[in-house]
Amino acid sequence: MHEMSLCEGMRSIIEDQARAHEVRAIRAVRVEIGKFAGVEKSALNFAFDVVMKGSVAEGAELVMIDLPGRAMCYDCMREVEIEDRLSPCPDCGGGKLMPSGGDEMRIKDLEVA
Amino acid sequence: MCTVCGCSGDGATVEGHRHDHHHGDSDHHHSHHHGHGGDIHFGHGLAGAEVPGMTQQRLIEIETDIMAKNDRYAEANRAALTALEAFAVNLVSSPGSGKTTLLCKTIEALGDRPLAVIEGDQQTSNDAERIRATGVSAIQVNTGKGCHLDGHMVGHAMEHLDLPRGAMLFIENVGNLVCPAGFDLGEDCKVAILSVTEGEDKPLKYPDMFAAAKLAILSKTDLAPHCAVDLDLYEANLRRINPHIEIMRVSALTGEGMDRWIAWLETALKKKAVTKLAG
Repeated sequence: MHEMSLCEGMRSIIEDQARAHEVRAIRAVRVEIGKFAGVEKSALNFAFDVVMKGSVAEGAELVMIDLPGRAMCYDCMREVEIEDRLSPCPDCGGGKLMPSGGDEMRIKDLEVA
Repeated sequence: MCTVCGCSGDGATVEGHRHDHHHGDSDHHHSHHHGHGGDIHFGHGLAGAEVPGMTQQRLIEIETDIMAKNDRYAEANRAALTALEAFAVNLVSSPGSGKTTLLCKTIEALGDRPLAVIEGDQQTSNDAERIRATGVSAIQVNTGKGCHLDGHMVGHAMEHLDLPRGAMLFIENVGNLVCPAGFDLGEDCKVAILSVTEGEDKPLKYPDMFAAAKLAILSKTDLAPHCAVDLDLYEANLRRINPHIEIMRVSALTGEGMDRWIAWLETALKKKAVTKLAG
């Protein structure tokens, strides 16, 4: 699905950075992915290899760092960390949770060869 | 998305214009063809840099959002809409929930209010033709292999619509409850349409979309008596995913609930004008 578009976005950012830093090859790309970012990690890995072909990041390793899902609980009015979109509040067991974080998709850094 | 301008690659097209852009980067070159009576073809292929030998290792800190490019296009669209005091709705749903029928009835009910439509589908201009049959200007965006509209496609489509001041812009996204949730188009809000035949647990199965929507329209309510569905359970599940969500029950066929929907749109448009004055 849109993992391919995400990788095309990543390629764009990586190539801009590589140009700016006069880098000719990237060994690893570290990305932070929130639990609620809607990203399927295996699909992202697959798309990454395909999309980076012919770029400075061809053959680079994609390292994914998980960020927790956070939500506002409307029962106890606290921000909590939750494992899953349908998880109840870990504090009060309430079911009315509005996601408040965990949708991050960020390139953290590049390891240059 | 294309590596230089954010073009969504692989054959996405915008109906109605053709010209080439060539971005002048030495290591990159692409074109969209804006077809006369035809299409814009987004980005064909990428010419990449070769990768010779490596030297010492180092780390480049980036901390850049992967969606940053899309978000820049979306912000530009939002600014253009605000300048026009235009109100834009991003209509999202699964395929077949009744978006286009609801839109045709909405256009009818809004009378001579200025409005325009951007239709997103993988293929065909059937939906844009349905809209144009109502007398309203519409432009079709075919996403090709893509599963969603993005900010760049919508920006191109807006250039061709010549939106009047104070208009309503309806963006009918590709029927898909997954990816369109993640792509800001510059709209004022997302409205999710959920037909009563789809199952009460749909909001639980596809939470991202319903969490991102401001309003959910439970559509095709005229079918409810024939489908043994529990409309209250639909609403409870929507609120479980999104405690803020507004919900309306609408039948485009019988007109049930259409008044509330039209009033909601008109209020939103007025609020937009007031916000612009205040801003």
